[in-house]
This record gives sequence, structure tokens and C-alpha cells, in this order.
Amino acid sequence: MADCCASAGSNIMMLACSGGSNVGQLSNRAAVELTQEGFGKMFCLAGIGGGISGFVQSAKDAPVVVAIDGCPIGCAKKILANNGIENAKCLLLTELGIEKDKNLDPIPAELEKVKQAVRQICG
Amino acid sequence: MDIKVLGPGCPKCKQTEKVVMDALSDAGVAANVEKVTDVMQIAGYGVFGTPAVVIDGEVKSVGKIPKKEEVVKWISGK
Repeated sequence: MADCCASAGSNIMMLACSGGSNVGQLSNRAAVELTQEGFGKMFCLAGIGGGISGFVQSAKDAPVVVAIDGCPIGCAKKILANNGIENAKCLLLTELGIEKDKNLDPIPAELEKVKQAVRQICG
Repeated sequence: MDIKVLGPGCPKCKQTEKVVMDALSDAGVAANVEKVTDVMQIAGYGVFGTPAVVIDGEVKSVGKIPKKEEVVKWISGK
């Protein structure tokens, strides 16, 4: 949970698809590390997918929402659309030149590329 | 009607509680209003930040002070 009164660092909500592929796991790891570094906070995409009001309303009210999708299936983006969240910035990792495969261990150079892209999309 | 204001007690949380009370007064609606300050209890609602307003179990507002008109609309729709 973010600190009271939207304190510094809690204005950016990151939602990672966290899927079962290299790009899915890259999205997850990037959100984790960026949170640990103080750049925004990772939040629960599953809670939004489940339609739980606290999660859905949090995403609607967050100043900045970043959806990190691994592949063009775009699950995170679709979950947000299905729950009426229209204010999200969307990042697609395969568009960064990372090819989807079944390796679940993030490659450090690719992880850095993803983290940089998340920072960039937030302006 | 059951209304909960979630937040550890910062000025914005207190202001949110006031907005809720004013909205109830304006709308002439009676409700049980409870302040929830326990962090674990707040976390149970899945909110990204506080203050947050919950009406009959549904989270209506997160991380900001809602406008009185918004609250009136929420409670009048019940």
C-alpha cells in the first residue's frame, strides 16, 4: 500500500503482466526493481483482473498508471480496458526488440532496457 | 449505510472525513461512519494509497480528498 496522502514515489503505479515467458518475467522483475529503487510502486494486476473495487478504484485514481505487457497479446492492457481504466500508459516489451521465448530467467541487459523504457514512458 | 474512511490520520484523511460528514448532512442521509486507521485493515481493501472512502464495502475513492458533490452522488445512489 502506498503511504498516506500520495507521498513522493507513490504517484506512479506499475502493473506488470508477469506472464510465463521471458518478456512476462522481465515485466515483473522490472516493476520489482523499479519499486525497490524508489521509482513508483508495483501494484496488483490480478486484483484489478478480479474486479476487486479497491484495486480497480486505485488504478482509476492513480495519477500515473503504467501497464507493462510482455507480448502483443496485451493482457495487462486488456485487463485495464475491461475494468474501465483508460488513463494508462502502455509499454510492450517485444517492441523494444526483445524476442519472446520460454526462458524465465531475466537477462540483465534486457532488464536494464525494460527499466529504462518504463522510466522514459513516464516522462 | 456503512461508510469507512481509510487512513492513518493525516490532515487529508481528516479533511476527507469532514467532506463525508458534510455530504451526509447536505443529503439528509443517515450512515454509520467509521475511521479505519489500522494499516493491516486498510491493506485488506487493496488500496494503493490513502485517504480512501468505502461505502457499503465498495471502494469509491483512493489517494485523494473527494469532492462533496461526488460523495453526495455516491450516497444518494444507494
